Amino acid sequence: MENPIIELNGLTKFYGSVKAVDDLNLKIGKGEIFGLLGPNGAGKTTTILMMLGLTDPSAGTALICGVNATTHPIDVKRSVGYMPDSVGFYDNMTALENLMYIARLNAIPEEEIKIRSRETMELVGLAGEMDKKASAYSRGMKQRLGLASVLIRKPEVIILDEPTLGIDPSGVKEFLSFIRHLSREQKLTVLLSSHHLHQVQQVCDRVGIFVEGKMLVEGTIETLSRNLFGEESFTVVITVRDSLNKSWAPMKELEQLAAIRKINVSEKSVEFSCTEDVTPDIVRFFVGNGLNVMGVHKKEFGLDEIYEQYFENNLKKNISDGKSGGFFQKSFFKRSRTQE
Amino acid sequence: MENPAVSFKSLFSKEVEHRSSQRTASPFAVMVNKEVADHVRSWRFIIMVGLIVLTFLGAMYVSLSNISVAVGNLNDPDHLFVYLKLLTTTNGTVPSFYVFVSFLGPLLGIALGFDAVNAEQNNGTLTLLLAQPVYRDNFLLAKFMSALIVISVLFLSLCLLMIGAGLIITGVRMEPVELFRILGFAVLSILYVGFWLSLSICLSVVFKHAATSAITAIGIWLFFTVFYSLLINIILAAVLPDKNLLQPDDLVAYNNLLMNLLSIAPAQLYTDATTTMLMPSIRSLGPMTMEQMAAAIPSPLPLRESFMIVWPQVSGLIAAITVCFASTYYLFMRREIRT
Repeated sequence: MENPIIELNGLTKFYGSVKAVDDLNLKIGKGEIFGLLGPNGAGKTTTILMMLGLTDPSAGTALICGVNATTHPIDVKRSVGYMPDSVGFYDNMTALENLMYIARLNAIPEEEIKIRSRETMELVGLAGEMDKKASAYSRGMKQRLGLASVLIRKPEVIILDEPTLGIDPSGVKEFLSFIRHLSREQKLTVLLSSHHLHQVQQVCDRVGIFVEGKMLVEGTIETLSRNLFGEESFTVVITVRDSLNKSWAPMKELEQLAAIRKINVSEKSVEFSCTEDVTPDIVRFFVGNGLNVMGVHKKEFGLDEIYEQYFENNLKKNISDGKSGGFFQKSFFKRSRTQE
Repeated sequence: MENPAVSFKSLFSKEVEHRSSQRTASPFAVMVNKEVADHVRSWRFIIMVGLIVLTFLGAMYVSLSNISVAVGNLNDPDHLFVYLKLLTTTNGTVPSFYVFVSFLGPLLGIALGFDAVNAEQNNGTLTLLLAQPVYRDNFLLAKFMSALIVISVLFLSLCLLMIGAGLIITGVRMEPVELFRILGFAVLSILYVGFWLSLSICLSVVFKHAATSAITAIGIWLFFTVFYSLLINIILAAVLPDKNLLQPDDLVAYNNLLMNLLSIAPAQLYTDATTTMLMPSIRSLGPMTMEQMAAAIPSPLPLRESFMIVWPQVSGLIAAITVCFASTYYLFMRREIRT
């Protein structure tokens, strides 16, 4: 990548003896939307704080727009808009006053502040609520106000830490498409950290999966899925009414099909891993052999599966370590997405 | 959020043209402005000011009703300084104003500073603030300066009110010396409150919870007001030989040591300095021998000599403020900002 706007070289952070971020190397180009994915405590926020010079790395450098964030945080902050995960505002001031305060701190000319604050509030959909006290704001409204405080200073890079936390589903969609729109229009570089896979999948050009301080893998979602699952990127599960015998003779015929890589028979369902979509052929074959097909599921590999796959080793380790977080992670990430 | 790109773009382009031609306030000034506004509107400041104004009025009432006696007392070399008498005269029931300040000043300083940093951190506003292009030391400095400005305005206006009231009530012309001494008193009070302010800001960086830092600051204040002099006396009595058996030279050394140890307490520094400022006849804060006193005419000292006497006290207060502020700086500058 030429002239990356964010460049992390061997970034490492220790908390005592615990390695929160481990030798992180990352390049993000201009106008890109990058999703930093990882479970809670993976070191996402720590990485972001190091990029803004809000905490010092133990080793390595973070260059934002070519400026070292540790030694010249002010220059970095001039070009980067950062929205923290739990953004707070001064409760005794109204939302508009809060925004105007931020604008003044960014040395926006006094005459423009009022107009621009109002415009930005309208932009993020808070036009009706701008004279309410910030203490009366809900979590989602604060999040929008946080975005307004980032946008009012017209940054080159936007860093959003868990931006969709606390926003209702329709709001999330709006929020993300808005960010995508902005990024495309203004050539804004966006770094987004999240543990909500679907949302990240919707907007990000590239993602990086970040676990225990290490970037396990990065790339576009398609590349990740191809690397991980090889050519078996289609999986079809067929459910039949009666139990199947494992050594059911006609199955041999199916195995002859070039596209099919693997067949997994378990009681009433058969799972096919194929290189291309041969669902109609398989169904035709089943029906032709007089089987009562009850359902056909075609699995697509999204981030969920990618995530899960990368987590498997990690989870096993966690469970053997006796970490209580393992169960939650497992049940949380196991929600596999299936399509009829 | 309809058609966001269009309006956002217009936002951008409009900005560029204006930018260069207009004057903008520095982030530091913006922060100080906001902090001063916050202090003035906060309930705790209003309550503290209420307390101080009440004690001020009480002390003034008592001194005004006794002023004729004090001014007529020919045995007192300071009896002609009417305005200084206003600040120091009592009838024994109510302490004079500077004694009140030595008690209430620390509370005022602590009230203005105890949650300066940790409350912002807990609210998540610290991250928001430091994500803006703002120097970290500007943030600390703004916290300190804004409270100091508020305190200065408070004490200066109280002193000027007192002078004005004195002029109207007594009708006596004021000597320039008196004005300078009263201003000196105001500056000393500001420094004294400033010390407690910087101490409590330092504690607000050390402790995550505002309550902890407030309790710790009040604990330090109580220790110095109540226990410190007791403790020093007990330790000296236990370690050093009995006072009554000492040679005169040793006794002087003993007293000097005691004085020096007691002056570690900021309240002691403050009371020593203010009494010297407000009572021009005070010639020394330490023990004096008969030889030194011999042939001295009890008369008020010139302003410059009084300044010379309180100079160590003033330096002590400034040093204490600097130490607190420097440690705040040291603790805060490289710290990780996280909610």
